Amino acid sequence: MNRFATLFTHVDQSTKTTAKVAALTAYFNAAPHADRLWTIALFSGRRPKRAVTTTKLRAWAAERAGIPLWLFEECYPIVGDLAETIALVLPPPTCVSTRSLTDWITLLKGLHDADEDARKQAVLDAWDHLPTTERFVFNKLITGGFRVGISQKLMTRALAAATGKQEAELAHRLMGDWTPETVTWQSLIEDEDAGARISRPYPFYLAHGLEGAPRDLGPPGAWQAEWKWDGIRGQLILREGAHFVWSRGEELMTDRFPELARAVSCFPSGTVLDGELLVWTDAGPQSFNALQKRIGRKTVPKKLLQDAPVILYAYDLLEWGGQDLRPAPLAQRRAMLEQACAGLPDDAPVRLSPTVPFSDWDALAQVRATARAATAEGVMIKRRDSPYRIGRKKGDWWKWKLDPLTIDGVMIYAQSGHGRRATLFTDYTFAVWSGNELVPFTKAYSGLKDAEFRQITAWVKKNTLQRFGPVRQVPPHHVFEIAFEGIQASPRHKSGVALRFPRMLRWRQDKPVQEANTLDDLNRMLETYG
Amino acid sequence: MSKPPALTFTDRGIYCAAGDFYIDPWKPVARALITHGHADHARWGHDSYLCTDIAAPVMRHRLGAINIETIPYGAHRQIGDAVVSFHPAGHVPGSAQIRVEVAGEIWVASGDYKLEDDGLSTPFEPVRCHHFITESTFGLPVFRWQPQAVVAAQINTWWAACRDAGQTAFLGAYALGKAQRLLSMLDPDIGPVLTHTAIENTNVILRAQGIALPDTVRADASLDPKAHTGALVLATPSALDSAWARKFGPRQTAFASGWMTMRGVRRRRSGDRGFVISDHADWQGLLDAITLTNAENIYVTHGYTDIFNRYLNDNGWVSQVVPTQFEGETLDPQSDPQVAT
Ligand SMILES: [Zn+2]
Ligand SMILES: [Zn+2]
Repeated sequence: MNRFATLFTHVDQSTKTTAKVAALTAYFNAAPHADRLWTIALFSGRRPKRAVTTTKLRAWAAERAGIPLWLFEECYPIVGDLAETIALVLPPPTCVSTRSLTDWITLLKGLHDADEDARKQAVLDAWDHLPTTERFVFNKLITGGFRVGISQKLMTRALAAATGKQEAELAHRLMGDWTPETVTWQSLIEDEDAGARISRPYPFYLAHGLEGAPRDLGPPGAWQAEWKWDGIRGQLILREGAHFVWSRGEELMTDRFPELARAVSCFPSGTVLDGELLVWTDAGPQSFNALQKRIGRKTVPKKLLQDAPVILYAYDLLEWGGQDLRPAPLAQRRAMLEQACAGLPDDAPVRLSPTVPFSDWDALAQVRATARAATAEGVMIKRRDSPYRIGRKKGDWWKWKLDPLTIDGVMIYAQSGHGRRATLFTDYTFAVWSGNELVPFTKAYSGLKDAEFRQITAWVKKNTLQRFGPVRQVPPHHVFEIAFEGIQASPRHKSGVALRFPRMLRWRQDKPVQEANTLDDLNRMLETYG
Repeated sequence: MSKPPALTFTDRGIYCAAGDFYIDPWKPVARALITHGHADHARWGHDSYLCTDIAAPVMRHRLGAINIETIPYGAHRQIGDAVVSFHPAGHVPGSAQIRVEVAGEIWVASGDYKLEDDGLSTPFEPVRCHHFITESTFGLPVFRWQPQAVVAAQINTWWAACRDAGQTAFLGAYALGKAQRLLSMLDPDIGPVLTHTAIENTNVILRAQGIALPDTVRADASLDPKAHTGALVLATPSALDSAWARKFGPRQTAFASGWMTMRGVRRRRSGDRGFVISDHADWQGLLDAITLTNAENIYVTHGYTDIFNRYLNDNGWVSQVVPTQFEGETLDPQSDPQVAT
């Protein structure tokens, strides 16, 4: 565990990419195979199945530290991380264990079948054998969420340096739903025969938001435009008679979208399509709200399947006839995609997402302005001669989104942030007017500069009316412009609406509190955009 | 309580009516007793100051021509109907807890304090009292300091690694107290120690009053940054990322503070390393200090006041939060290094 904790410390503390990669490379060269595999798994969001609830962990930690539970619960929001809070409040270990990362994970897995007393004893024992950082890592193995600023890209770069293999190949190998229980280091990284893994998707190429004006991109003829759909980015893999659906978050979603199974008969084996998963009705593509009902469901009732049928709106072809097309220019892939989709029956679960023709950038701007009517979020601009790259590489793919919807809300509650911003009040609840009353309608916690957060933090401390645990009620005084991407009716919320991706756009210090928006304004937006 | 308490909390500061003086006041007053020279405790504008003989030189340096009287640790002085004495707080050289006795009622205003002997400040001495005013900067059980020697080894290991990698080691610390303490922890065999001017100015004053500090090189404009390979540079936090620091070529940056306990804060500082060391008491230190005073009445000032206060009340003390304008150990890189301690 010490080796992994040291790696974690290096990677976590350094802000320099080269130092992170060097530490990872050294680790991949030296650690036992099983530990390497678990390290890749942990840094890409995989973890052993939870053996202990966090409620129990908190209670045991407080008991072991000799502090009342309320005091532990006060510390948690200040530290911002449960695993870390536990690691810090416990007394120092009485002796230090030399178990490896994999050994500890094996021990945790064994706890599934143990009774509660045995679990508690094992966890207390572990805490007593681990110094603070190791203890933190151990707790993270239980709670999950190793956010260490290690992107998939950095990890593949380090793996490439350690193994001598190509980064692109490694990125491809790491995709999919493997766990350290189902693969070995040998089969995941080393074995030459990767063909067996027919479900393996390609790493997604992600677009950047357009920063300047589109005319900075040069002559429009070099570019292809498409609608930017408001669904889930997905990859449909059709190989050897089977089909697999992957989300951009590398989640296998095949079972959630059973209607896509019919695609097997629409395309030859060895086809991989990139596109948008969205609900399609007689009226065409639907907004994200319609898809939302489907997302949380692992199995889909028949009725929902009828009401909200999902298709893949395809815009790229990554594999054809078993051949990796990613190095080919977009124009060529597009031509092949159009050909592959020609003659698809009307009820096929795959449709061709059209390109948006435009003669000059002003014309495209006019098209973009109509995106909401087309149930799109804006337009995509892709360079015609670009290959299909890996990850978020700048330059070839741009998203040019519509400006967000905005509303002015009054801050009524504040809560301190987590982690990096644990010492600042950064999470606010906002309200709109309903007559003389303020009705809360959303929370938001990003969008301001650190200096502004500091200023508001000082104000909150001086103006707290009441405390509810970590939440402070403050007088209605500050108005913020809240930006959001969508709005829908929600009986669970007091305001009756729920916003999608709300964030603070601006602190409206120029605006008196009486001039914030009203619940009527929100309802009008719901009618127009909901 | 039939008679008024010997000390009261006013909007100018902690006030003693029997002696007509204030302790660490934040608004101008006629007579100020000062626990130590940090800017949130020793402010400008009072008619007269009383502090320990060890604290006085730095205060003169900071506040200029002030009317200052000094008193050695442990000596008693009658002021009006009050008897006052100053006792070591172990926070920085010359820092004191101020004991005030009026008609048999004993109060101690402890300013800032820590329990560990740092080898530089006169070590903390508990003072028995009825009423104890305590800070709570690190008044949460997540704060637990390692012995100074352990942290010293961590810093020296890091410095040696920087040197071996051809990098200059930049260590951020505030000018009074923390910087000199770190200085005394460094292993001179690793390489030369350079100091930022704000820190060196304080070093000069402390050396002149007979406090032994290791040799340092002032890193001002006249210094050739490339002439001192393998150096460690002690710098104020605001100077860590300045043009001055960049002149030293490849470098690593570390920051030494009690706040470095928290991973989120370490990441926010975005240096290369964080060392956990503070001139304030940790959780256990606060509780130990309070227990040693034998006081029944506790007054909690700057820090995690509400939480610490609740814990004390739950555990048999009669405690209350009192508002002050003291600041504790701040992290804000924009603050004046003298204010920020
Ligand atoms: Zn101080
Ligand atoms: Zn202070």
